[in-house]
Amino acid sequence: MPGKLKAKIVAGRHLPVMDRASDLTDAFVEVKFGNTTFKTDVFPKSLNPQWNSEWFKFEVDDEDLQDEPLQITVLDHDTYSANDAIGKVYIDIDPLLCSEAATRICGWFPIYDTIHGIRGEINVLVKVDLFNDLNSFRQSSCGVKFFCTTSIPRCYRAALVHGFVEELVVNEDPEYQWIDRIRTPRASNEARQRLISLMSGELQRKIGLKVLEMGGNAVVGYLQCFDLEGESGLVVRAIGTASPNTNTHSNTAPASNACNSPSKDSKETLPSSSPPPFSPSKPCSRQSSSSDTDLSLTPKMGKTSPPPHAPHPEFPFFTLTCFPPGFLVHVGGVVSARSVKLLDRIHNPDEPETRDAWWEEIRQEIKSHAKALGCHAVVGYSESTSICEEVCILSASGTAAMLNPRFMREGCLDDASPPSCGFCHIPYDEFNMPFPAQLTYCYRCRRQKVPDVLFTTIDLPAEAAVTGKGCLIQARLCRTKKKAQGEVNATAISNLLPFMEYELHTQLMNKLKLRSMNALFGLRIQISVGENMLLGLASATGVYLSALPAPGGIQVAGKTPSDLNYDQHIATMQKRINDTITKNKELYNIHPPESTEELVGSPIPDRQRSRLFRSTSESSDELLELDLSHGKKDAFVLERGSVTMSINMFVSSGFYSCNTEVMPGIYNWTSGLQMFTSVRVYRLSNANLTNQGLNKIFTELCENLLKSLYFKLRSMIPCCLCHVNFTVAVPEEELIQMGAVRLNCVCVCGCVFVCLFVSGSGENEDQLQFSMELCADSTPSNNQPTSKPSERCSPLPEGRSRSLRSTRSMPCGAPVAVVKMTPLSFLPGTRIVKYLGIINMFFIRETTSLREEGGVSGFLHCFIAEVFAMVRAHVAALGGNAVVSYSMKECVFMENPNKNQAQCLINVSGDAVIFVRESEQEATPPLMSSGQISSTGADGTT
Amino acid sequence: MSMVLDVFVGNTTIMDMDIYQLWLDGLTVREAVKARMDQGALLECEANAEVLMSDTMDQFRTFQLCERLLHSPTKLANQLLFQIPSQHQRMLIEKYYEFDSVFAREVLGKKLSKGTKKDLDDISSKTGITLKSCRRQFDNFKRVFKVVEDLKGPLVENIQHHFLLTDTQARDYAAIVFFANSRFETGKRKLQYLSFQDFAYCASQLIQYWTTGAVGELHLYSMVEDMDVDLEKEFLHELKDLKVLVNDKNMLDQHKVLVCAALRGKIKVYRLMEANFKNLSRALINLASKLTHTKDVRDLFIDLVEKVIEPCRCDRWTLGEVTLFLTQYTNAAHGLGTFSRQVVWDRYMGVIRSCILRMYHE
Repeated sequence: MPGKLKAKIVAGRHLPVMDRASDLTDAFVEVKFGNTTFKTDVFPKSLNPQWNSEWFKFEVDDEDLQDEPLQITVLDHDTYSANDAIGKVYIDIDPLLCSEAATRICGWFPIYDTIHGIRGEINVLVKVDLFNDLNSFRQSSCGVKFFCTTSIPRCYRAALVHGFVEELVVNEDPEYQWIDRIRTPRASNEARQRLISLMSGELQRKIGLKVLEMGGNAVVGYLQCFDLEGESGLVVRAIGTASPNTNTHSNTAPASNACNSPSKDSKETLPSSSPPPFSPSKPCSRQSSSSDTDLSLTPKMGKTSPPPHAPHPEFPFFTLTCFPPGFLVHVGGVVSARSVKLLDRIHNPDEPETRDAWWEEIRQEIKSHAKALGCHAVVGYSESTSICEEVCILSASGTAAMLNPRFMREGCLDDASPPSCGFCHIPYDEFNMPFPAQLTYCYRCRRQKVPDVLFTTIDLPAEAAVTGKGCLIQARLCRTKKKAQGEVNATAISNLLPFMEYELHTQLMNKLKLRSMNALFGLRIQISVGENMLLGLASATGVYLSALPAPGGIQVAGKTPSDLNYDQHIATMQKRINDTITKNKELYNIHPPESTEELVGSPIPDRQRSRLFRSTSESSDELLELDLSHGKKDAFVLERGSVTMSINMFVSSGFYSCNTEVMPGIYNWTSGLQMFTSVRVYRLSNANLTNQGLNKIFTELCENLLKSLYFKLRSMIPCCLCHVNFTVAVPEEELIQMGAVRLNCVCVCGCVFVCLFVSGSGENEDQLQFSMELCADSTPSNNQPTSKPSERCSPLPEGRSRSLRSTRSMPCGAPVAVVKMTPLSFLPGTRIVKYLGIINMFFIRETTSLREEGGVSGFLHCFIAEVFAMVRAHVAALGGNAVVSYSMKECVFMENPNKNQAQCLINVSGDAVIFVRESEQEATPPLMSSGQISSTGADGTT
Repeated sequence: MSMVLDVFVGNTTIMDMDIYQLWLDGLTVREAVKARMDQGALLECEANAEVLMSDTMDQFRTFQLCERLLHSPTKLANQLLFQIPSQHQRMLIEKYYEFDSVFAREVLGKKLSKGTKKDLDDISSKTGITLKSCRRQFDNFKRVFKVVEDLKGPLVENIQHHFLLTDTQARDYAAIVFFANSRFETGKRKLQYLSFQDFAYCASQLIQYWTTGAVGELHLYSMVEDMDVDLEKEFLHELKDLKVLVNDKNMLDQHKVLVCAALRGKIKVYRLMEANFKNLSRALINLASKLTHTKDVRDLFIDLVEKVIEPCRCDRWTLGEVTLFLTQYTNAAHGLGTFSRQVVWDRYMGVIRSCILRMYHE
């Protein structure tokens, strides 16, 4: 009823040769939406067909518009046999459903085949006419905007933040259906891609409904995950932060946003999304499988009033990591919970209830931990899973915090900016501390108490005062476990988890002190489970917060102090540690004001041990939590083994890295940036399977990866790797069959973003100019051919050279517009003027000719490049020139070298945006106008 | 423990032009790593051999994936797979189509066929260029040849248009196509002393003045097929009329007198020139009159060397003397009252003169 989707197939180019005899192709296109299919004419004998089709019109419910993708299939016509498929394009039309986002999708899309990869391109034009629908019982949630960005999008204002929304849908994995035995890999892959596309569409629609119910109109920090549970099903879950009543702002033209509100005040409500747990379902249709955990985190409100969030009793969760100034009052520390579940024990795998219950349990746990820290909210919240056969570890973590209640009620505050140290002050009661910690008076205001160390999962607040620079700190850990089944296995894992958490914490603490820092931001602890080992990887950005006391040194203590040699050894080691600390202070430029007055305000801290804060839930499964928000004051006792490990850290001059959005302590960014993905897989031999051996190997792998990255990017020095996101996985063993040798495989997947910054010295001037130049090329306005007439033209004496001069321009059409991608929520030196919609794509690639494609590396390299290409094409088609908050959520790789086969699944997401360079801004209105005109035009029609 | 998979992909494709050169040179990954170590790559960023290896492999893989696109450079600009800044695109293409003139010299004038391709290992061992690089260069020649073969319009421009090469490169490729098409003899021992650049220069002269496309503006727009690849038939026919210069005794004598008058006292080899004038003139004119036969066209360069260049060299003419002689020889013909083929004469002698001068190594 309420929508008309129109699609037009314009042309194709670079098609593959499908007819060997003529070296040409007779291509035609099928356009499918829901159950309706249209076809174009066959364009005979061409690799660059011009179909120029009529408008294919689909009249559909907006519910379908949200769930279904537009499916375009390019085929080769064959008179005598079946038509051969060349490839497909799935277009998510969700961005068109928001009046404010994109107005049409138009451009070249790579034609993708799950077996052959990209095979040519197709030019498509898509539009949607929406009719207004005031039906209050509607099932669709058109108009709700989704953002992956975990901060308030820069050209919006959050009126109010409502809180957490979560949803989860379950379906049977096509790969595990009986029919998979008889269909081709291509059909199976396509079924899977389509299903996931449908499921995420449905998920988004349902979350949208919840948001509308809460009176919001947007979801920020939208985080969607897939759980491939194998036999028990395929789960798609998402969490986000709902934000209401943005309409005040959304009515104003985006242009005005762009131009006159450089100070982004937050007007949009943040949807906090929680990743819904995936529940395996067997044959369930997609309608039946939605879950509805009502956590009473956010009361379901009538549509009228902004929900009167009394923040204190409610424990809202926020998936955001970056907040408007003044939003955070105090930060307590990291809260996390994990739980081990058995997937084959789900009574009713088709239904999401069980998984909803699991996640609810975990969220309750987190809630209570936050409460214990005296906080009423959890920020920087995220959820994740790790699955190995039937065992599944569910994890959730966040940062306990006190929020400014005014934000929850009436939105934006115009207060004078809060004191820069406010968020460091303890939220809990000094005399009733949840755990032992050293408190001192704040080093800035000297009025409130602060802890000696602060761990958080959020980004460094903009107002925070930092001494020196920050750096990436990682703790890595491997634990072997016996191979086991079912309950025994789950128990073994549960028993190991607390020790792993403890050790990771200790490592982090040591490394932090070695670097003379006192706070961690963006902490992310990933525990992945394999058949005979557990891997833990914690990454965070360390900084020296000026408000916190200076960290104490590290003292080495031996176990047997009697031995003289041993004492000597300890002494040298102590010296090395001290030297390292001094060196690091220099390196990170940490020169805090000498803390002579320390004695004045604060009681001399007595030694305390950092303690693990753990709770065990009554259920057979174990939930545990580690509180990382505190550490002990001056001395640290280290075991010998770990000392060498943490001292020998690798430092490369000219490089800085962090896993937060911006590098603390560095402010002069250039706009040159480079996003990249790196994947590595290692095979372990059986001999190394001891805890120590594994730890060493794992540490080496991570260090080597970083080293490699530095080396590759050396041309960009001085350079900063921001938002470095490490992911590890231990794939199932059967996937690598190598006779009797038992193998394990570690996959380190970093999604890293690089930023150039210019420090004051003159030497860097070149760098700056270079990057600016790069950027100049990438402005969206580029209609001229990329290659300028070559200046290298040697002057020719003869007359005939005349005609040569201009011929070097690219002959066929305009070059491809540059699309930038970044995991950050912004692009340095630019302003985002418009959000065009969320990009959420899932691809499968399979090959049966692995060797011919250059082995596993060649295969994956090509696939990742293809994924990038498809993301860029979609963004460009929406009229955008960048993807922000880009992330590769999933990268599952499987191979069978004996059969010469490999398969890979990749899920990526991000926000498509239009940006303009800041320096251009005055000049840009004409540049932007075409986009704006078309957008307002479309607004009128909707 | 072994690394099974190691991949690095940037949104903007990162390409190191130094490694690209190593790849183009046909080195294996191992050799390239060694070469880079020798160049001191380990000193940067505290790299170790492993890092270098991984980086080199990645880069080689990227180039391999790009190679398909480089085969039709125009696609590089509008393909979607790799986001490559335009200045890098240009560099990639230029370097990919760069060739070793030693190699080109070997292949020059040969048929660009499978048979020749099989002989590449000989060329490879002779020139010291890796077989892989030889193959690339050969395939480039062949590809350009195939594309340009059936196209109308000026050769150099066609090459530039379809392969986005620089002017110099396009001109060189035009020479290669031109030689491969007419199959000029370049392999004889007596021609070994000539470099690729010498021949390329001659080719450009021939293309410029002797082909169908050379005649004038009018023809430029008529887009005759093969206009730059084949020599103009009519012109070659008209060359027969030049015979009068040697067959007519009077004219020959008069020609000699005029040239001698102009050169007397200006060149040291005057006497030898005077003695040899008739032979030289005969050689040059006979060459012209024979050019209607394909076989003789092929032998153009060997004939020039044997009949003109070698005799002069024997007599130790300097390049300056040859230049003076040829200039006067050409101009003097205008003074012959009975000689009516001035236009053809200039068109012929202009090219021959430039070729001889280029080929005359003292």
